[in-house]
Formats: sequence, C-alpha cells, structure tokens
Amino acid sequence: MKLNVPTLASLQEQGQKPDVVFWVGCAGSFDDRAKKITKAFVKILNHTKTSFAVLGTEESCTGDPAKRAGNEFLFQMQALQNIETLDRYGVTKIVTTCPHCFNTLKNEYPELGGNYEVMHHTQFLKSLIKEGSLKVEGGVFKGKRITFHDPCYLGRANKIYEAPRDLIQKLDAELVEMKSCKSKGLCCGAGGAQMFKDAESGDKEINEERTSQALETKSDIVAAACPFCTTMMTDGIKHHKQEDQVKVMDVAELIANANNL
Amino acid sequence: MSYLPNFIFLILLILGGGIFLRNILQIKRNINLGRATDRKDQISQRWKQMLRIALGQSKMGTKPLAAFLHLIVYVGFIIINIELLEIVLDGLLGTHRLFAPLLGSFYNILIASFELLALLVLVAVFFFWARRNVIKIKRFWKAEMKGWPKYDADLILYFEVVLMSLFLCMNATDFLIQQQDVPHFIKAGSFPVSQFLLPLFDGFALETLLILERIFWWAHIAGILVFLNYLYYSKHLHILLAFPNTFYAKLVPDGKFEVDQNIKNEVMLMLYPDQTEPSSQGEVPSKFGASDVFDLQWTQLMNAYSCTECGRCSEACPANLTGKKLSPRKIMMDTRDRLEEVGKNLNANNGVFKPDDKQLLHDYISAEELWACTSCNACVDVCPIAIDPLSIIMDMRQYLVMEQSAAPQQLNSMMNNIENNGAPWPFSNQDRLQWANE
Repeated sequence: MKLNVPTLASLQEQGQKPDVVFWVGCAGSFDDRAKKITKAFVKILNHTKTSFAVLGTEESCTGDPAKRAGNEFLFQMQALQNIETLDRYGVTKIVTTCPHCFNTLKNEYPELGGNYEVMHHTQFLKSLIKEGSLKVEGGVFKGKRITFHDPCYLGRANKIYEAPRDLIQKLDAELVEMKSCKSKGLCCGAGGAQMFKDAESGDKEINEERTSQALETKSDIVAAACPFCTTMMTDGIKHHKQEDQVKVMDVAELIANANNL
Repeated sequence: MSYLPNFIFLILLILGGGIFLRNILQIKRNINLGRATDRKDQISQRWKQMLRIALGQSKMGTKPLAAFLHLIVYVGFIIINIELLEIVLDGLLGTHRLFAPLLGSFYNILIASFELLALLVLVAVFFFWARRNVIKIKRFWKAEMKGWPKYDADLILYFEVVLMSLFLCMNATDFLIQQQDVPHFIKAGSFPVSQFLLPLFDGFALETLLILERIFWWAHIAGILVFLNYLYYSKHLHILLAFPNTFYAKLVPDGKFEVDQNIKNEVMLMLYPDQTEPSSQGEVPSKFGASDVFDLQWTQLMNAYSCTECGRCSEACPANLTGKKLSPRKIMMDTRDRLEEVGKNLNANNGVFKPDDKQLLHDYISAEELWACTSCNACVDVCPIAIDPLSIIMDMRQYLVMEQSAAPQQLNSMMNNIENNGAPWPFSNQDRLQWANE
C-alpha cells in the first residue's frame, strides 16, 4: 500500500492547510527501526483519513539532544529556525511519535516564541478512537501479554501514563506492569543525549537492567512509545538472547498491526 | 541568690538562640551567593505545594514503612515541642509545671500524650537505626556516605534517644518527688510511660531525687538547644528547609528545562541581525553554565542545604543503579560542601571571597559523573522535598560544552551533525522524506 504523505509545502501550493502537522523527528526519518514506527503511524493517519502533513526536508532537529548535552546555543538556533518554519505555515497543532520532540516542542518552544498545541501520538490515537474514526480490536494481539515501558519524556517529564496503556488495553491484550512503572519507570538509557555516546563505565548497560525487568513480566511483547526506547529495548532483549520470544513494538505498530494496516 | 537559676537559664536561652540565629543568617548569606531567579510567581500554587509536600509529606508514601516511622518522629517532635514552651517559661519564671493549674485535667492528658509520643519516637528511632546499621539498607551505604555523613545520620538518632530519655527520666523523678508532698512540686501530670522507669530510682533519698530531677530538666533543655545548633552542621537541616525548599521549587513540568534568555538574545542577533536590538538587556553573560556554586541559582543552593541524604534519588538513578559514578545525592552533598567551603572563606576574609583555586567542577564533581546522566528525572520525581539534582547536572554540562568545548567526542560529532545537516546523525536533510517511498 502506497503511503500518502503530503508535505506542508505541497498542500500550500494547492491552497490547503492540514488539521495537524506530523513532526516525524530525526529518528523517525533516518533510523531504520524508527522509520517502521513512522510508517505505521502514517498508515493509521491514512486509514482514518486524517488531514495531516509533514514538513519533509524543511523539518530539522528540535535541538533536544543538543540542549541535554549542554549546548544551549545550538538548541536555540534549531528552535528559532524551526519556529520560523512552523509559523510561516501558520501551524497550530503538532503530533509527534517522539517523546523528546514532544517535550521540547511543547515545553521549551513557547519561551522562544513557538506556541502550538502539541500531542504525542498515543494521545492522538486515543483521540481518534474517541471521535470514532479509528476502531481497534484485538486481532493478532488478543490474549497476548504486553508490558509497557514508560518513556521518561512522556511519563515523568509530562505525566502521560494512561494514553498508551488505554490503547494497549483496546487490543484485548493482558497489560502487565514491570516492577518499576509509571512515575517510577526506569529509563532505557538513551535520554539526555546518551543515545549518541557510549555509556560511562559501570557494572552493566542501563538497557540490560531495564529489559531484565521487562522479561520478568513474562510478556510476549514489550510496548514502547519512543523511537529511542524501542532501539534500546530491542538491543537489551537481544543481550538477553530473547529476541525470538519477545518483540519490542511501538504502540502505533501494535494498533496498525491489529487493524491489518 | 534565688534568681540565679532563672538568670543562668536566660543566658543559656540567649546563647542557644543567638548562635542559632547566627547560623541561619550564615546559611541565608551563602544561599544568596547564587544567581537570582524569580520564584515569586503563582504564590497560591506555591503555598499548596509546600503544604502538600512538606507539611503533608505527600511524597514519602512510596516507602510505606519509612513513611510511617518518619511520621511518628515528625509528629512527635512537633507536639512534644508544646511541652518546650512550658519548660522555657518555667525556666524563666522559676515556676514548676506552670500550665498545670491553668489546664486542669487536660494537662494530664497532654503530658500523657507527650509521654506516649516520646515512647513511639524511641521505637521509631530504634527501627531507623536498625535499618541503617543492622539491615544495612543499600542506599545508606553507598560510596558518598562514608565518614561524616554516616556519623551524622547516627548521631541524629542518638540525639533523639537522649532527648526523649531525659524527658521521660525527668517525669519519672518528678513523679516520685510529687508523691512525697514537696511544696514546689505540685501534683500534676499523668505518666503512662515514665512510671515504668520508677524502679530505676527506687529507694533514692528525696535529696538525691531533687538533684536528679534538676539534672534531667536542665540536660533536656540544654540538649535541645545543642541539637538546634547542631542542625547547621547536619543533614538534619531538612526539618527547617523542607518548607522554603518546596515553596520555591519549580512548578512547571519536569521535562521543561530552563531556556536561557541571555543566550536567546545572542542567537536572535545571529539569526535576525536586522530585527534584533544589539544587547537590548545590555547583558552578555560572563559565563555560560556553572562551574562553581556562584553560577548556580539560589534555589539550587537551597536544595543543597535541604538535602537530608536519604538516597532515594541515587537508588532511582539508572546510572547509579548500573554502577556508574553518578549519584544525584552526591551532587547535592558536593554542592553543599563546596558552598560551606566558600562560606568559611568569606568568614575568614571579611566577607570578600579570596580565590582558592578550587571550584565545584572537577574538585568536587567530575565530568564523568555529569556525562553519565540520562536526564530521566527519576531523582527529581522521587525526592520527598522537591530537590532538583538534574538542573545542577545540566548547568554544569552547559559549562563544559559552551565554555570548555569539553564534551565527549561522540557528542561533539552529534552536535556537529545537528549544526550541519539538522539531524544528530550524518544524513543529508534532503533525504528526510525518503522513508515515505521505501
């Protein structure tokens, strides 16, 4: 199935404006694993006939990893340029599959002049279900054990714990919690720009610890809601040699699969 | 001659109170060495936050047993302090159990409840001590807890045992004296706990009891004054600072980090030179980020003084949990230690800081610790009194990167990539929409 991915520029040429802008993020655009999440989400957007557009080549890093690495200057350069682009198109509403982009756009752009309604894709999917355009039934996931790994920048940072869990429960799956969950959720190890560097020396990698917790739940699937978490958790499962038994999937992929998209 | 004890008591009180006041002013001065930050917004929200977190101890509940024991000691100390009012007035006026005639039978209920609370505090303190020294709960034995922090933690518990014991012994001897119809010692109070101490003083002559009662009475009030002044040197300062600390804590989502407005002006000048007034605030910051306590905000310095080293932050920290050097608790302890060092420097040099060739970065906190942080906010979320170690880590990273270009090489590559092609990886921005066609 060919994806329909309009850009803001192409819509503007036709004199149109989308209801919402899908902020794809760098991982979602370039990382092979994360691209699958991006496509799964777009399939749902197409399926529900959501009026959306992406920035395409006009999108640039939000600046989150630069800021967390200590480069406030580079962060603000990125932010101000992105705000200029978004405002040029008169964007008011943004949805993103990356909690880091979500947090930065939602919380740190306003002080630099960028004011938008920003939603994480789990919140957005929930709203699609609520308004009736998206129906979710268990399908392949019916009766499966699924545990949810809270992304720090969705959970603790923004107190969004229920939206992804509500979606998982729509799959008629059995949602099981890890020993650290919600506000006590353990980081996957990628935040604060750690994704882009080796960890400092220690006893073990953080994702090994977190996936141990996930494996303790004896789940069939580890659900995530962040491209970086997905990568870290996938690697952690491989470290424990459980990749044949346990799959790591983004909530958008679960929903898309359940609907045979 | 008969007013001598009153006089001595007054001196003791002025001395104890005076030193305490000096300590508080010193702490205030040191905290004010930090940078300004406006935390006077949303006052009603702030009051609510303080009442909920500090007074209501809303964040203690994650460890129910510790929360329960802590509540006993907390309530115990607050309520037993009502008794302190009577003790102080008795000391100044030369009276004995001044409130007894005024309160009638309610006085007996009051004293009885103080005694029960004192017993409960003793039991709670025993459990606290056992958790540290017998069960050896891991967070109390991490690397940064060696030496003074360990002694300090135990000493606080011993202080509380001694004070509670003196209070009960005072009541026991008083009760024995009361039974012998000594004029000054009116029959007052009900002693459900200290009556079990009577065998200790069985068969003592009245003269001995009179002396013992005075010793216990004086030692109790003197002990409280000593404890009050011990706070300045101790992690126990949290009993006071938890209140302002929660009042001034940030109210925005944990994920929202401070956006530096000085830098904004610089960036605006670069991006939009035509539309930006050069240095409209006239402020080009002398330094980006933080390398010493002077560069931190005063709220961050107050955080350091408020920390009671419970270690919940380090227990929750993913880096610490996996054996990295970073410990958020140590970040707070180091900040306080350095601030104290700076304070002593000021004291020794008539209030003018004499450069000492030291700073918070490197001399206390290493770059390795700072780079191990995942900015996951677990330490911030778990702190029972809203301390924010993460903000200090981020400010110090900012100094390392913006002042010293001292980021790990891989992060430099990441930042170069963002600068050159708008993504943390070396992909061309022209390929951003490739995924749609794959």
